[in-house]
This record gives sequence, C-alpha cells and structure tokens, in this order.
Amino acid sequence: MKLVIPSIHYLAILPILIFFGVALALVLASALARGKVPLAVATSSVVLAGVATIVVTYFQWRCVSRSGASTTIAHAIVLDDFSIVASAVIALSVIMTALVAHDWAVRERVSGVEFHILALAASSGALLMTQANDLIVIFLGLEILSIGLYVLVAFDRHRSKSSEAALKYFLLGGFASAIFIYGAALVYGATGSTNLTSISYFLGSNVLLRPGLLYAGGALLLVGFAFKIAAVPFHLWSPDVYEGAPTPVTGLMASIVKVGAFAALLRVLISALGTQLDTWRPILWILIVLTTVVGASVALVQRNVKRMLAYSSINHAGFILLGVWAGTIRGTAATLFYVITYAPIVVATFAIVTLIGGVGDEHHSIERYQGLARRQPWLGGALAILLLSQLGAPLTTGFYAKFAVLASVVDAGGGALALIALISAAIAAFFYLRWAMALYSDDHLDAARVRVPLATGLVIGFGVAVTIVFGVWPGPLATLAQHATVLFTP
Amino acid sequence: MHSSIWLTLLIVVPIAGALGAALTQKVEGRAYVVAVATSVVEMVLALVVACLYNDHIAKAQTFDFATRHVLSAPFGLAYDVALDGISLLMVVLTALVVLLSLLGARDRRQEPAFVAWLLLLTSFTMGSFLSHDLLEFFIFFELTLVPCYFVISQWGGKERSKAALKFFIYTFTGSAFLLIGILYLAFAHQHQYPGTALTFSYSALSGTAMSHGTAVWLFIAFAIAFAVKAPIWPLHTWSPITYAEAPTAGSIEMSALLAKLGTYGLLRFAVGLFPLALPTMRPVILTLAVIGILYGSMVACATPDLKRFVAYSSLAQMGFITVGVMSGSTIGTVGAVLLMFNHGVITIGFFLIIGFIEQRRGSILIRDFRGLQGPAPIMAALFTVVMLASIGLPGLSGFVSEYLILIGTFATHSWWAVVATFGVVAAAVYLLWAYQRVFHGKAEGPNATIADATPKEQWVLVPVVLLIVVLGVFPKPVLDRITPSVHQLIEHVAPAGVNK
Repeated sequence: MKLVIPSIHYLAILPILIFFGVALALVLASALARGKVPLAVATSSVVLAGVATIVVTYFQWRCVSRSGASTTIAHAIVLDDFSIVASAVIALSVIMTALVAHDWAVRERVSGVEFHILALAASSGALLMTQANDLIVIFLGLEILSIGLYVLVAFDRHRSKSSEAALKYFLLGGFASAIFIYGAALVYGATGSTNLTSISYFLGSNVLLRPGLLYAGGALLLVGFAFKIAAVPFHLWSPDVYEGAPTPVTGLMASIVKVGAFAALLRVLISALGTQLDTWRPILWILIVLTTVVGASVALVQRNVKRMLAYSSINHAGFILLGVWAGTIRGTAATLFYVITYAPIVVATFAIVTLIGGVGDEHHSIERYQGLARRQPWLGGALAILLLSQLGAPLTTGFYAKFAVLASVVDAGGGALALIALISAAIAAFFYLRWAMALYSDDHLDAARVRVPLATGLVIGFGVAVTIVFGVWPGPLATLAQHATVLFTP
Repeated sequence: MHSSIWLTLLIVVPIAGALGAALTQKVEGRAYVVAVATSVVEMVLALVVACLYNDHIAKAQTFDFATRHVLSAPFGLAYDVALDGISLLMVVLTALVVLLSLLGARDRRQEPAFVAWLLLLTSFTMGSFLSHDLLEFFIFFELTLVPCYFVISQWGGKERSKAALKFFIYTFTGSAFLLIGILYLAFAHQHQYPGTALTFSYSALSGTAMSHGTAVWLFIAFAIAFAVKAPIWPLHTWSPITYAEAPTAGSIEMSALLAKLGTYGLLRFAVGLFPLALPTMRPVILTLAVIGILYGSMVACATPDLKRFVAYSSLAQMGFITVGVMSGSTIGTVGAVLLMFNHGVITIGFFLIIGFIEQRRGSILIRDFRGLQGPAPIMAALFTVVMLASIGLPGLSGFVSEYLILIGTFATHSWWAVVATFGVVAAAVYLLWAYQRVFHGKAEGPNATIADATPKEQWVLVPVVLLIVVLGVFPKPVLDRITPSVHQLIEHVAPAGVNK
C-alpha cells in the first residue's frame, strides 16, 4: 500500500505554524538557556508572532479574494474569509493578553516564559478550530486549546484556588471532550463521514429514514460545544474557573475560547447540519433562554467581580448563540461581528481587573472598586466605558453587537426569543451599573492609587478605543463581518 | 426646503460644548461659562430654525431641513434628520430647558462633569426629536439614559443609587420592546420589498403593509417604551423617587423634557406608523391616561414632599397630553403638542422655585413650610403664576392647551373627555391646597427668616412667566406652526381611525 501525502497549502496553515513554531522555539530556548530566557524576550516573541499572524491574514485575505475559498490537507482545513477574520481576532487577543501577562508576571515575580509558551500553544488550538472542516480536526483544536488552558489555569501555584479551578476545569473539560468525540462518532455512523462538507452533501442528497443516530450525534456535539462556551446548564465550571485562574488567563479564556468555539460551532451547525435546522433550532432556543436569563440573574448576587464577569460572559454567550440560532447569512455575520467586538473589550476589562487585583491577584471584591474613578479618572473612566459597552449602551460596539444578533433573530422569525434575550440584558444592566456606580462613589477616596504599567495601559487604551471608534462608526467592521460570511452558508 | 446643516448644528454644538467644558477643568467656574455660552448658542440656533421653518412644506407632505446619509448598509444605520412643526416646538423646548436649568439650578459640586453631562443630554435629546429614522431615534433615545443615570447617581439626594438604578432598568426594559418592534417592522418592510436594503427610514417604514393583529402587537411594543418614558399609569412608578432624588437640574431635564420624548414618540411613531391598531388601542390608552389623570391628582394631594408633588401632578398632566395624542382629532392633538411645550415651561418654573426653597431650607417636605408668603412675597407671586397656569386658568398657557385637548377629545371620545375634565378640577384642588400649606399662614422659626427671590433668580423666571402669559393670550404663531404638521399626521392615520 502506498501512503499518499495530501497536498498542503502552507499559506492556509501559516498562522497555526507561526504560533506553534514560536511556542516550540521558546521551549527550546528556555531549555538551552536553562530557564533564563528574559521575560521581555518571551513577551516580544509572542507579540511578534501575533503581528506576523495578522500580516499573514492580510495575504490570506488577498489570496481568497483572488482565487476564492479553498480547502487543503485532504479537505480537513479550510481557508475562507471567515476563518481569516476569526484568526486575526485570536491573534489580537493573544497580543493583548501577552502584554497584560507581562506586567502581571513582573508584579507576581513568576517566570512568564512558560505562561507565554502555553498561551501560544493553546491559541494555536483556537486557530485550528476556526479553520477546521472536519469533526476530528475540530476535536484536535479543542483539545490543544483546552490542555494548554488547563495548565494555565493552574499557573498560580501559590493560590490553592488556582489548582482547584484547574482540576475542576480538567475533569469537566475531559468529560465534555469525551462527549464531543462520541457525538462525532455517531455522526460518522449516520452520515459516513467526519468531513463537514461531505456530511452536508450527504444530508442534502439523502433522506434519512431513521435519523435517530444523527440526532443523538448532533445533540452530543452540541453538548460538547455548550460546555466550552459555558451555556446553561453546562456552565457550572465557569464561575469557579474564572475566579480561580490567574486574571490574565481568565481574559484569554473569555476571548479566544469564544472565538474558536463559536467558529467551529457555526461550521458544524450551519455548514454541516444546516439541512437539520428545524431539528436543532428548538434545542438552541431553550439553551439560549436559559443561558441569557440565568447568566444575567445569577450575576446579580455576586460580590466577586471575576465571578460576576463569568456570569456576564455566560450572558454574552447566550447572545452570541442568537446569531447561530438565526441560521442565516445575517446571523452568521452577526455572530462574527459579536465575537470580533467582544474579544478586545473583555481582554481589556480583565486587564483592569488584573491591575486592581493587586499583588497575589486576590482583591476582587467589588468594594475594591469604590471610588476608583474619583482617584484615577482615566482608569476608572476606561472601566466605566468597557462596562457600558458590555451592557450594550449605544455609541459602543456592545450596542451594535447586540443589535446585529437581535436583528438576525427577528429576521428569522424569533421575535419572542429576541425579546427574552433583550430583557435579560436589562437584568444584566443592573450589575454592570452597580459596578460602574461603585467606581464613582465617594467612599475610600484615600485608598492607594493603582500603578498602571505601560503595556497594560496600552491594552486598556486599545480596548476602549476599539469600542468607542467602532461604536460611533460601525460601518467598516459590519461590512467586514458581512463580507466574511457571504459565502459561508451552503 | 432649508439646509440640514442647522439641525446638525443643533446636535453637534452641545457635544462640542461638553468637550469644551470637560477640557476647562483646571480653572474654577470656567466650565460653567462655557456651558452657558453653549446653551445660549443652542437657543439662538433653535430660534433661527423656528424662524426659517416654512410651514407650507408640511402641507406638501414633506419635512423641512431633511437629509439622509446611510452610514452602514448591513446594519441599515443612517443619519437622517428632518423637522416639522411638532419637532420644532420640542427643539425650542430642549434649548430652553438646558439654558434655564444651567442658569437657575447651578450645582457647584464637580461642575465641569455636571455641565458636560447636561450638554450631552441636550444633544441626545435634540437628536431624538430630529431623527427621521427609527434606528437613529432609538440610539438617541437610549443614549439619553446614560447622562441621566450619571447625573442622578452622582449629584442626587440620599437614595440616589436606588433612584438611578430604578430609572435606568425601568427605561431600559421598556426600550427592549421598542427595539424588537422596530426590528420586526423593518424586516416586515424588507420582506415586502425583496431586494431592497434593510432600512429604518421613517418615510419608508410608514408605508409598510401589515395585518391588524401585527399592527396591534407592534403598537403595544412601541407604547410600552413610550409609556415608561412619559410616564403613563401604571408604568410610572419609577418617576416619583427619581424626580425627588435627582438634583434640581436633573429633575427639570427629566420631567420637563425627557417625559415629552415619551408622548412625542407615542404620537410620531406609535400613532403615526400603526394607524390600523388605533381603533383597538385608542380606548385602552385613553382609559389608562384618564386613570393617570385622576390617580396622579389624588396622590398629589397626599404626597409629603414638593418634588414628589410635582412628579404626581406631572403624571396627571402627561395623562392629559396622552389623551390629546390618542384623541384622533386634529384639534385635540394640536392641544397635546402645545401642552407638551407648556407643561415643560410650567415644570421648569415649579422645579426652579422648589430648588430655590430647597437651597434656603435644605428640605422639600411640605410640613416643614408654613407662611412663606410673608417673608418671600416675590417667590410666592412667581409660584402663583406657575401654579395658576398649571391649573388651567384662562389667559395663561395651560388653559389653551387643555381646552383644545378636551374639546378635540369630546368630539371623538366624549366619555373619556368628560371624565378627564374632572382632572382639571382636581388640579385646582391639589395645587391650591399645596399652595395654602406652603405659603399661607403665619411663618415661624426658620420659615419667618427665609430670604426672598434674589434678582438673579427673578430674572431666570422671567422667560417662564413671559411664555406662560404670552402663550395664554396669543398662541396663534405657535399654533400656526403645529397645525399643518399635526393635520397631515392625523389625515394619514384617519382613514382607519374614528370619524373625526
């Protein structure tokens, strides 16, 4: 038997190669230098890797607009506008996180090299998920992403909460992965392929007389994804893990996991199982109602801002799912727009939380934020803007993100669903505002000022700039998201 | 047709002023000067627009000063402003409110931020009144929440956090219904005209064909948002605590101006876009409004403090406006639009005087006052004028508008008009009684030594009194500007409405 090596389009997988390559290079350098690679070198390598990836996505974009979307490596990897935009967002989040983590590592006196290596490796998994065109490859991406994150969550060895969170994440994450791969196996059994294009083709040209196997497989895949994006009722890990993980890691999780998981979810549900829309929509409907309402309501009673942000991100996950529910081009574009705008905001928010957390990364009660904007108008003002953006106030990207997904849902005939989700946003407004109000209260005016290191300051400024500039003028991003998804649905 | 640059200026000038005020933080008092200058410019602009406005255009079924620029095609986002007689009056009111609340209710705590928020609020409110596009309107409508929220939560009274949160959550929830309604309408329009881009343009959407049921549901969705904002009974429960806890300037902005956003929206969007729903919804909204009139009047008698008192009396007055808006007659609706303006002016007067008293006594509880007439005769006289206008004494502004509303409504919905008329009597009861308790009797203790209105305070109230008297005696110029626009709107919705 002759082994046929499939042709490889290297430009398509260059972002993944860069991320993984730089991670390996850092491992080697660290080993050769006996662990004495300066932190600044590691940070700048990550930033360079991110910048290089963004440059590569530019060339990928040109390639796609010249010769159209393509698949490579035996159709397991796809290169299209959608994956390119998602990759760029991931690269951006990694750059931002690396800068925050740099200052964090300096403050906590930890060697950050391993942190950067793991972050790069995990992100390469997320990149793989955005390009995966095969259930097995999605699984691979998911595992690469998760394993890196398991370790990152446990990175703060001085705090027992960190290890506890990692164990929890690892056990439940392992479960979810098993469920996912079992679902993939069942879908393979029902359709004869794990390739998304083949599944879509098979389902489009055949009528399944006994679709039970496909339904079971699809449901298990959905559970796997729901776990990763922390949709209710598969969310129980997320508050503990968000709280326990070092804060820069929490920011990374909230951004790249969402981008990667939603990219893959869209491909599975829309590209592969688009013909089964009427079957998975009701399930998603219930999932969205639970996710938005529970996420918003439970956040109300939290006093720890990291737990609060965990529930807030659950609420956001529900909103992003709205775009998936719509199952249309508009919905897909809205989902992409949402994750593009959400990622920088959430990383910047966690950057501020990292700063306020102080040495030991332990001060996360909302009382710590009393009077922050009075002491430090710029830092407090930035946080207030980021919170307003997460709330969905107009003139911030948060408004257009919510607007886009709601519009797609109403367009697809889900007025009631949109209304429920939007009322959950009103509930969520309560805790964002309570936090914002604490910033401007008169108490603790004499508390110590927080020093804002340059790199973290840049990240915060960038997040705020993105949310305001594109909040006033969403045109370019909206067009980008629409362009990237026009050819997405079959 | 005039250039839209005037309207754009009306929106942009306050933003520039807010930036200027925020940048002059270093020099004490400079921000206040910048803010007052900005609001004077804004007032001049509003008057220029009022003079330029050509009411013949309304007869040709178009709006003056119109322009439309699409900003983002995928979102259907557009900058689309236009002005007719109804919005014209609101624009003048907006400029007046910010000018008088800056002059009469100065708050020196963190002044640059305070005046910046007020100016931003002015810009957003202008935007709402000038929007000729539903999405643009919604954005401005939502944006007004942010300055209000910060003004209440930072400069308010003891329970300011609670009041600010209640205000925000209430209005935000109401807007949820509005946004979904707007989206539904826009997509219904797009599905009717396949191949067209998504648009939220008022002129385009007003031509959407829909079934009676759809119209009713959409009307309800819109009406919920506007009823919260106005407020209309039973969605008013946020307003007493919010008006009471807000700083004086905040109370003025909210009750004199933002409340009008509710009735304006009801008229322009709910009534204007869903004529099919009117036969079903008119009795419902009219009933709620009449209940609001009577309920507000009764609670106003029993309320312990002056700001809550004005809040409940506003509930009654907003009930009158709603009755006029829903009356389905041109006369009644003209009266409602006029009352929106008059009630704004009267409320400025009330809150300014209450603010003066609060400054002197540090209290707004009615039982703390007695016999203020003796030591402060001018203040008492000013209060009397404002109060009599609010009661609807002939010769003052309140009378004209309430009279128009009642005769207009009587022609179409006589029973509601009959019951609403009791509201006029009730207004006399609660206002005169409150006046007696505060100003009559023999002043003792701190009440006996209260200082009368200073010349500056008197000057601030001069425009209020002037407007009350002039619009009571000679409302014709204003009515001439409103009537063609209202007539056109009512003509548009009348075929489905009741017999005029």
